[in-house]
Amino acid sequence: MTHEARAAILLTAVLVLTATVGVAQMPDRSAPPALGPPPSLDLPPLTRFELANGVDVVVLERHRVPVAQALVLVRAGAVDDPEGKAGLARMTAAMLDEGAAGRSALELGDLVQALGAELTTESTEHATRIGLFVPTSHLEAALGLLADVVARPDFPAEELERQRLDALTEQLQARDEPRAIARAELAHAVFGPHPYGRTPDATSVGGLTVDDVRAFHQAYFRPDNATLVLVGDVTEAAVRPLLEDTFGSWTGAEEGRRPAQVGVAPQVEGRTIYLVDKPGAAQSEIRIGRVGFARSTEDYFALTVMNTVLGGSFTSRLNSNLREDKGYSYGAGSGFTFLPTPGPFVAAAAVQTDVTDKALAEFMKELEGISSIGDEELERARNYVALRYPRRFETVSDTADRIAELVLFDLPDDTFNRTVPSILAVTREQAEAAARRAIDPGSLAIVVVGDREVIESGIAALGLGDIVDLTVDDVLGPAPAP
Amino acid sequence: MRKSLWIVGAAALWAATAVAQPLSVPYTQLTLDNGLNVLIHEDHSIPVVSVNVWYHVGSGREKPGRTGFAHLFEHLLFEGSEHVPEGKFDQWLEAAGGDNNGSTDSDRTNYWENVPSNALELALFLESDRMGHLLAAMSEDKVDGQRDVVKNERRQSYENRPYGMAFLTLGENLFPPDHPYHWPTIGSMEDLSAASYQDVVDFFRAYYGPNNASLAIAGDVETERVEALVRKWFSDVPAGPPVPPLDPPPAVLLQEKRLLLEDRVQLPRLYVCWLSPSYYAPGDAALDLLGSVLSDGKSSRLYHRLVYDEQIAQEVFAFQSSSQLESTFCIIATAREGHDLKEVETAVQEELDRIKTREPEAAEVGRAVAQAESSFLRGLEEVGGFGGKADRLNAYQFYTGDPDYFGEDLARYRAISPSDLSSAARRWLRDDARVVLSVVPEGRRDLAASESEEVRDDA
Repeated sequence: MTHEARAAILLTAVLVLTATVGVAQMPDRSAPPALGPPPSLDLPPLTRFELANGVDVVVLERHRVPVAQALVLVRAGAVDDPEGKAGLARMTAAMLDEGAAGRSALELGDLVQALGAELTTESTEHATRIGLFVPTSHLEAALGLLADVVARPDFPAEELERQRLDALTEQLQARDEPRAIARAELAHAVFGPHPYGRTPDATSVGGLTVDDVRAFHQAYFRPDNATLVLVGDVTEAAVRPLLEDTFGSWTGAEEGRRPAQVGVAPQVEGRTIYLVDKPGAAQSEIRIGRVGFARSTEDYFALTVMNTVLGGSFTSRLNSNLREDKGYSYGAGSGFTFLPTPGPFVAAAAVQTDVTDKALAEFMKELEGISSIGDEELERARNYVALRYPRRFETVSDTADRIAELVLFDLPDDTFNRTVPSILAVTREQAEAAARRAIDPGSLAIVVVGDREVIESGIAALGLGDIVDLTVDDVLGPAPAP
Repeated sequence: MRKSLWIVGAAALWAATAVAQPLSVPYTQLTLDNGLNVLIHEDHSIPVVSVNVWYHVGSGREKPGRTGFAHLFEHLLFEGSEHVPEGKFDQWLEAAGGDNNGSTDSDRTNYWENVPSNALELALFLESDRMGHLLAAMSEDKVDGQRDVVKNERRQSYENRPYGMAFLTLGENLFPPDHPYHWPTIGSMEDLSAASYQDVVDFFRAYYGPNNASLAIAGDVETERVEALVRKWFSDVPAGPPVPPLDPPPAVLLQEKRLLLEDRVQLPRLYVCWLSPSYYAPGDAALDLLGSVLSDGKSSRLYHRLVYDEQIAQEVFAFQSSSQLESTFCIIATAREGHDLKEVETAVQEELDRIKTREPEAAEVGRAVAQAESSFLRGLEEVGGFGGKADRLNAYQFYTGDPDYFGEDLARYRAISPSDLSSAARRWLRDDARVVLSVVPEGRRDLAASESEEVRDDA
């Protein structure tokens, strides 16, 4: 950041100018204007300290708008779901604000709204995230509520019943969403029995009890297993005592469980097409995936640049081909999900039903061709990723998410300031090597959710591999009973 | 636990306010000889600038048989212009570290580029070239290519999405056939097929002149330099013909229409929609807050009754969607398994009747206002993209004539009393002037609200 300005809230000083230029000159349009050197991102340092009870705190001051984002990260997520209880981490997250410290779900909700705050609870693969956005004028009161929700949830039985009905109805509604079906089947096809391949279904969600939720909370929600990130119009000196007041009394159970250590999933063997029938669908949802990489891979920047060329931007090969050139789709792309252990690589598009086979053929062409990258597209990809990076710190919420990445992947504090030069330094050889390492066109799980009667013969004729015919029930489990 | 410390603060909140000082986004305004309105706002928080253009034309200006054209045209604006070969618009911006996008609604079309501050001039060059030199590069092929993309956008956003056809039906039934809001911005497949190269030429000449546009630049820039660059790149763009305001007779609903659609869905969903006051007209903000009191938060009226207490619905939304000529207010509720839309409609109606006859508690309105204030602050965090400060300056310019309407806009919400919500509900949400649409799973008309008639597919 060049300099901080408290420019957002000022008294108006409007200057109205009127044009006085007479004859318009024709500017030289023979080439786009030359760019000066790009501005650099220079973030203020992170402040780190520990509360008396052991909660790690990371603070970043941003004084542009009088708002703050707090984010509590608890190291426990879907991978910590016990066998047969897929969805427990998610249910625990959903239950946190359904009553805490003796206040009912309704009272809590009213207080949060009255503060102009937004409280969110969610679980990801390896972490539960409890977020709080609030105008700084109400920070103190809102932090008190946040602490109650994290440390002192009550888990009332009748609220669990509500959440379970909500989750089961969501399971039912997922049947209407081709994207949700494709997402679930890709996880199964790529990861199989590995924890990243587990998806909750009506049976596992239907069986969750208050005792399950309470046990999960006790095991993992402890000061020594949590980090609090705070970004915004605050100062370390002012927030330290506030955080001690609100979070300092949190003790947690004496004997907790360590978050699960997840092994590396075996790579997809050969090529298989998983065709999920959705009769009458106007489009086919295509997902092509395999096991990708951990965030700690030394190829992280090369993989990111390579993927940008393949499917990570509008001008990427996949979107240029399937959308701009062929008109098969409204958009096509690809991406890695970098996790503590290798997450998925996925290429994706929704294509009109009658060109499903042709679109698959184009996907394969691009996946095969990415081991050779041109200089111009490489430079464009490097710049696109590196020079947009400062914008990922524009809002307090985005900035807190960036810090969460540092925390969850144990990255050093200078990661932010090193990212731009590291991306700009990726060479063509490195990007091509990353492509050869990451994209083996002979080892892919190909998921298609569409109108089987119309698309199957065309797909079979491509000879990409065996076709496994699936129903929606095969993917999502039997529909929940009313 | 230190409850006492902060619960006192929370209790006093109804009077307290999150935004202490007047809200304002200072700007410099100029008007070029060709009529282009220019707005410049400096914000040096991060080294980024956003260039944002609003053309004051949307799907409301489309001719019969050409629905969807304004949006198809928006797509064509990214396909190159005289000095920007096809594909280069995006490639040059990406190579500079920029993003871009555009959107079309019934009233206007907007475009933006978010770029590092060193690439401001590139963005101005690209915007000025397509404003001044589009047609030299237009071709039948480009129209055909984007026609296919837009048809896939329609498939992805409407046809292959559960309940996706509901809003198309609602627009047709809320507004009469000759009203600009009768047809959807995405258009019909048939009309998209009919769009021609000549349509592109005519539309560009009629509506894409600088005198029908507004250019906002917000971010890490110096105002004087921006002004010089804008003059350099935009001054030679010729003005277009004047564009008269769109002034149709107001839509009037004289009855309650009760309609039914079957869809490939698991659960039935009820839509109840009314015509309502236009953007920033009296009643607009009150209905916005009414939507919040009805459906934001666990103790909001409809959520509490249908989802939390009776548990007959999975979700419920009530909201005002504002537009330039007229707006709509809708309540949408999805029934849970084992419940039908008769049950859902009865509960919705009782809650509507209740808020019409007895004003809500001050605390209910206070919470809605606190949330509105907070979202105003959130809106000041970004200079670019949809809803960033550059986009807001252009929006306020277009709808109110005052680019820095931030403070006045928020003041509208703060001025509303509980009784205003009840009177807005009585005035605008009448039982005898609305569209009630049931979307039910195929073959399950028995789940619909009572006396609903099937929608005939003549769109």
